Amino acid sequence: MTALVPAAPAFDPRLRVSDGVRRWRNLKSGLVSALCVLGAVVVVTPLALVFGYLVFKGAGSLNWDFFTKTPAPVGETGGGIAHAIGGTFLLIGMASLVGIPVGVLGAIYLTEYARPAFAARVRFAADVLNGVPSIVWGIVAYGIFVLPGGSPLSLGKFSALAGAATLAFIMIPLIVRTAEEVLLLVPNGYREAGLALGIAKWKISLHIVAKTAFRGILTGVLLAVARISGETAPLLFTALGNNDWGRGLGEPIAALPLQIYAYAISPYDDWHRQAWAAALVLLLVVLTMNLSLRFLTRERIVKVARRQLPTDVPPAAPVAQAHAG
Amino acid sequence: MSALAEPLVPVANSVAARMKPVSRLSDNAFRWLCLAMASVVLLLIVLVGWQLASGAWSTLRQFGVSFFTRSVWDPVQNDYGALPFIYGTAVSSLLALLVATPLAVATAIFLTEIAPRWMRQPVVFLVEMLAAIPSVILGLWAIFVLLPLLPKHVFPALKSALGWIPLFSGSTSSGYTMLSAALVIAVMILPIITSVSREILRSVPDLQREAAYGLGATRWEVTRIAVLSYAKKGIFGAMILGLGRALGETMAVTMVIGNANKISPSLFAPGNTLASVIASQFAEATDDTYRNALVAVGLVLFVLTLLINYVARLLLRLGGAQTGAVS
Repeated sequence: MTALVPAAPAFDPRLRVSDGVRRWRNLKSGLVSALCVLGAVVVVTPLALVFGYLVFKGAGSLNWDFFTKTPAPVGETGGGIAHAIGGTFLLIGMASLVGIPVGVLGAIYLTEYARPAFAARVRFAADVLNGVPSIVWGIVAYGIFVLPGGSPLSLGKFSALAGAATLAFIMIPLIVRTAEEVLLLVPNGYREAGLALGIAKWKISLHIVAKTAFRGILTGVLLAVARISGETAPLLFTALGNNDWGRGLGEPIAALPLQIYAYAISPYDDWHRQAWAAALVLLLVVLTMNLSLRFLTRERIVKVARRQLPTDVPPAAPVAQAHAG
Repeated sequence: MSALAEPLVPVANSVAARMKPVSRLSDNAFRWLCLAMASVVLLLIVLVGWQLASGAWSTLRQFGVSFFTRSVWDPVQNDYGALPFIYGTAVSSLLALLVATPLAVATAIFLTEIAPRWMRQPVVFLVEMLAAIPSVILGLWAIFVLLPLLPKHVFPALKSALGWIPLFSGSTSSGYTMLSAALVIAVMILPIITSVSREILRSVPDLQREAAYGLGATRWEVTRIAVLSYAKKGIFGAMILGLGRALGETMAVTMVIGNANKISPSLFAPGNTLASVIASQFAEATDDTYRNALVAVGLVLFVLTLLINYVARLLLRLGGAQTGAVS
């Protein structure tokens, strides 16, 4: 672009600006550029600071006990957060087991079967749901699963099931929207070719359309999983947290974010130390998921998928050939 | 694509009539299955609406409009007014927006106009990673790193410079303040404003820039005249989107805001937001009236977020139509 800056004009001497003015303009431009660089540095700094502090304060506490034991009684040092790590993975697993099929099949319905009016309604609902603050999901899920007599599904107590269901609720609209967008990128020619060969529609939907969009769908799914792994607020009144392994899915269960929260606001130094270590573990889990996206798929699909998180920008018009590679 | 390489039924043999009974059955089954899954989304929105509305109903009936206008929050007397939290949410979110927007827009300008090409992707990547940090981790960091620093170095300086404004008056001894919460929210909303603004700036046609450069404009003049004026609406949309995110920010805020149920004129005093009051009190609200009051707070938060997000979409669509960023 800078190549296009022309030489000083020679046509009208009155238009020529003085050297002083030009120097002032260049100076101003340089100053603003410097400010923008500074802004970018300030924006990236918190990431470096947070990550640096987690490693600095947390890495020392990562030892065998930390990953294999449950917390020591208050006042004693030592112990670990094995139960919280296990609980987090259990919650994520259960939520995914429900959230992924519901989200993906729902998206397939929207792109392959639904009438435009129905699809628009579902899309709108999913967009609204994606904007719901996670704490609101927490009170909604409490009313459904925990409050005694709140609903037919209520267990009347805090439970792992309630926590997992809440996370699934958050995942579903996210996955529906991302999967729908990548399914729309599959050229119609593929569907028509399948139909022309007399293949059953459901086979076309699953084996041709969904398979073509597989990497994109996987990206959306991974983003959704990464998003729920760090969620704390929806678990506060559903999974509640636990200082030991739970006795079953109907009981309160620990999770890394809940453990970090509980330890961070506690008055004990040893718990603070463990909170740092737990946060380091959680951050590594979340960042690994986000990083794996980079290797999984191309920029455009990540962008399409990420746009849904959590309050999204209106989607760009799908570009049909974008997926042809 | 790979699917097409699979052996398909030879065209001549695919007698539609022969396949129909089975495929129609499985086709219908699959169709209904998918329909059921898509309907879950509609069901969810009904559930959210119903849970919030039915919980909030008794509170709103009991306290009426005064629930939004009174600043009493007394679980002992069962007397509730949500004004302190509405105030807290408004002040902390707007303050966060005030801090975050210039930084985010500067970064977006850096990324589209200034940075050399090889540097852009890595910085974009870092901004995305910042967005991936869970709120509770930022809260932890803020409690132990930011909060001890602020009252020692930042608050007194602010007070001596701006102390004549009531917002910056009062004691600066504690780190658990509205201002700390605003700063934490600012960090949380930086990535979204940055990435949306960058999209908007990127979509400004290069011809626009080249024309300005051709007139002999400096880089800043090009950015200001050709790029920013073109992308104004879109950037405003990005701000509002950030505001929508700021309203619902929960964990980090709950951990640093100090959880006080009253309105303080000073930013150096503790407060509470709609989200943080739910997070800190809902678990102990065993009484029906108390719990329903918190559900009503949740309803207010839900409706506010909904409105803000709607406005943001509208703006982005308008700004996007102009810049071609979004359809």
